[in-house]
Amino acid sequence: MLDRTPRHARDAVFKAALWLTAALVAGAFGLILLDLLWRGAATVNWDFLTSAPSNAGRSGGIAPILWSTLLILGVALVAALPVGLACAVWLSEYLPAGSRRGRAVRISLDALAGIPSIVFGLFGHAFFSVTLGLGFSILSGGLTLACMVLPIFIRTSEAGLAALSDDWRRQGAALGMTRASVLWHVLLPAAMPAITAGAMLGVGRACAETAALIFTSGHVDRWPDSLSDSGRALSVHIYDLSMNVTGGDASAYGSALVLMALIALINAVTMSLSMRWTRHKDHAP
Amino acid sequence: MSQPEPRAATGAYTVGTLAEGPPCCEPVPHLSVRQLGVSFDGRPVLEDVSLDIYKGCITALIGPSGCGKTTFLSALNRLVEHHPGAQVRGDILLDGQSIRAPGVNLLGLRRRVGMVFQKPNPFPLSIERNLDLPLREHGVRHRDERRARIEAALKDVGLWGEVADRLSAPALSLSGGQQQRLCIARALVLQPEVLLMDEPCSALDPMASRTVEALITKLSGRLTVVIVTHNLAQARRIANYAAFLWMKERTGTLVEFGRCHALFESPQDRLTQAYVSGAAG
Amino acid sequence: MTSSRLSSSSRWHADRWWPLPLGVASALVGSLALFIVTFLAVQAWPVLSHLGWADLVGDHAWYPLDGEFGMGSLLLATVLVSLGALLLAAPLGLGSAVFMHFVAPSGARRAMRWILGLLAGTPSVVFGLWGLTVLVPWLAAHHPPGTSLLSAALVLALMVLPTVALTAASALQAVPHSLRLASDALGFSLSRHVVSVALPAARAGIVSGMVLALARALGETMAVLMVAGNVAQWPSSVLDPVRVLTANIALEMAYATGPHRAALFASGVVLATLVLALALLAARLEPARHHA
Repeated sequence: MLDRTPRHARDAVFKAALWLTAALVAGAFGLILLDLLWRGAATVNWDFLTSAPSNAGRSGGIAPILWSTLLILGVALVAALPVGLACAVWLSEYLPAGSRRGRAVRISLDALAGIPSIVFGLFGHAFFSVTLGLGFSILSGGLTLACMVLPIFIRTSEAGLAALSDDWRRQGAALGMTRASVLWHVLLPAAMPAITAGAMLGVGRACAETAALIFTSGHVDRWPDSLSDSGRALSVHIYDLSMNVTGGDASAYGSALVLMALIALINAVTMSLSMRWTRHKDHAP
Repeated sequence: MSQPEPRAATGAYTVGTLAEGPPCCEPVPHLSVRQLGVSFDGRPVLEDVSLDIYKGCITALIGPSGCGKTTFLSALNRLVEHHPGAQVRGDILLDGQSIRAPGVNLLGLRRRVGMVFQKPNPFPLSIERNLDLPLREHGVRHRDERRARIEAALKDVGLWGEVADRLSAPALSLSGGQQQRLCIARALVLQPEVLLMDEPCSALDPMASRTVEALITKLSGRLTVVIVTHNLAQARRIANYAAFLWMKERTGTLVEFGRCHALFESPQDRLTQAYVSGAAG
Repeated sequence: MTSSRLSSSSRWHADRWWPLPLGVASALVGSLALFIVTFLAVQAWPVLSHLGWADLVGDHAWYPLDGEFGMGSLLLATVLVSLGALLLAAPLGLGSAVFMHFVAPSGARRAMRWILGLLAGTPSVVFGLWGLTVLVPWLAAHHPPGTSLLSAALVLALMVLPTVALTAASALQAVPHSLRLASDALGFSLSRHVVSVALPAARAGIVSGMVLALARALGETMAVLMVAGNVAQWPSSVLDPVRVLTANIALEMAYATGPHRAALFASGVVLATLVLALALLAARLEPARHHA
């Protein structure tokens, strides 16, 4: 009560400093987002989304690029999801607790998650494109991305399965159900929100990838004829337009806006799935 | 308070009716336990337990916490082997056949010996699917047969009237007592010969508890029931036979087994006397 | 109805053989990291067997077309840019975390989290695009050429700020509430509690987060490539253009052959090792949380 004033003043200054920091951070980011929105919106329209690029991308649209991006993501998911789910199930359901094999796999996955994307690009190029002979192709890019997506997906799916009540596993055994049956009918459906959230997180990461794709799926901005054709992903397009094409900035901004919108959408879906997952956990017996 | 006489198994499965058969004269062993011992990671939990579970009768397992009652129960359907580090000695015979012999089909065993747990744990699926799944799993192909058995099981547990119009509702939307009855129905739908119950009423409020108790009483005569219970009054009310387990040197052993009436009114062992009168345990 | 005999059935064997394909898939996944690093090392072998690591990392310059593969300047640039980014991001990120946890009303906190989350997911190229079209010209107006170590550090700071802020925030959240009660009971001001009680209590998590941010900065390619100027030289000031290891690989991979190519792979191995070592350090500091 006696010396309240200095403490009061100290706290006021402290809080003000914090608000200033937050304002600075939010402001800086807000400016960037607004800048992106403003410049990008000037370019993005229906034509932009549905026509092919012309004049090295300075004009025209990004339709074949969107298609290539979709294909690359598709390849990545098809390659990563089944294998990743199998691994998550194995780690969660079939391993004895404290197993050394399990720990080794988990450490290996953490290492995989830490490798920088350009190093993945090197690997993808040398292994998928050269050694396996896939060349610059959507297939090569997708497979490289699959390697990058695996750790996130497995981590999230395994957490989802581990969070399920053990009672169900025991009850299934007591009813004479095979472990596989309990997994298929009860556990996997219950873990589906977490598994889907993991897949979405992987997709989000894959969308943002550039360095890994430059030397695996290539630069060609035409409509790809097949998966073994080279294709340009949206992120690569932004890079190319801003660095190698003078006057390509407008299109680059338009593409960037589309990419951000895609990522924001994926974020939103992931969030709502995660919320469903946590709510479900609260209801579990 | 006189003890109801043990009733004979009536053989055929009766649908949705009370079994009020004539009192039996010759108790027939359904499950025979011979020198059963269980240890977890080298630590003995149960030692040298031998007794007979009689067909069609309700056998209660009583004793203080930690003396191996649940372990004993889960040995009867070999669910104890789910624990890592569990070692089982001795033998258990179902209708004269050893269930611990190599090559025994565990899934078939668990169809004949069903189990209900302490905490109700319906699957996070619809009410109907909770009952449908075990049936499909055990090869009941025809939809009509499955529907009939589901209806019969729900009528048996007294849930049919409450849920018949919302079978596709999530099972988790039921109250605690209803969920437990659903779990019992789920075990009954496989038409087991033996039903193992691990303190089925302890997680329920008194009213739900009374309903489940009435249900168990109804089942006797049709099924062999083995029930673990902390509630001595409940054991006196519903059981035909009782087994009293106690910790000796930190391992569970069987102290006394016999007709429930006899165990409570004139126990042979001093320890039993002390326990049932509330002086010990 | 099934027979009452307790004989074997084929359904039981299903549970016996399922673990096999699942185990194979897991073994595949588990060996991927090792495979990648080994594969890269094999690709780097031609230059590694020729020159020792000391030669590669040491004093020479990077003139690959003349057969000189001194990565020293590249490594230095990488380290400087990343440390610079962390230096800028750490106080701002920590401040944001403290703001979110102690001061912000719930609406502001949610907004902050949303912004940070969105920016954590923003692609590197988008940051690079902004840097190239807004930051670099602004810098160039004051100090040409604009593309420089400073601009790279600034853009990188923006990129790792969300990491620092979000990990620090969750570290602060993990501090038991009882400590706040104790501080209040002792009549501590908020600033006293934060500086002397909360931050030290959350120290392991906060430092771990910063190490993770550093690892991320080291591995970043596109944004730095777009704004750093890409001149392989030893920088004499923060306004000099520099080239980092990651950008180097991205730029030269397209036309590198023979020992040049092998040298790029070697630099990739160096980079991966550095980043993995940092990730290991971060995990050691706060093992429970790095699965967040």
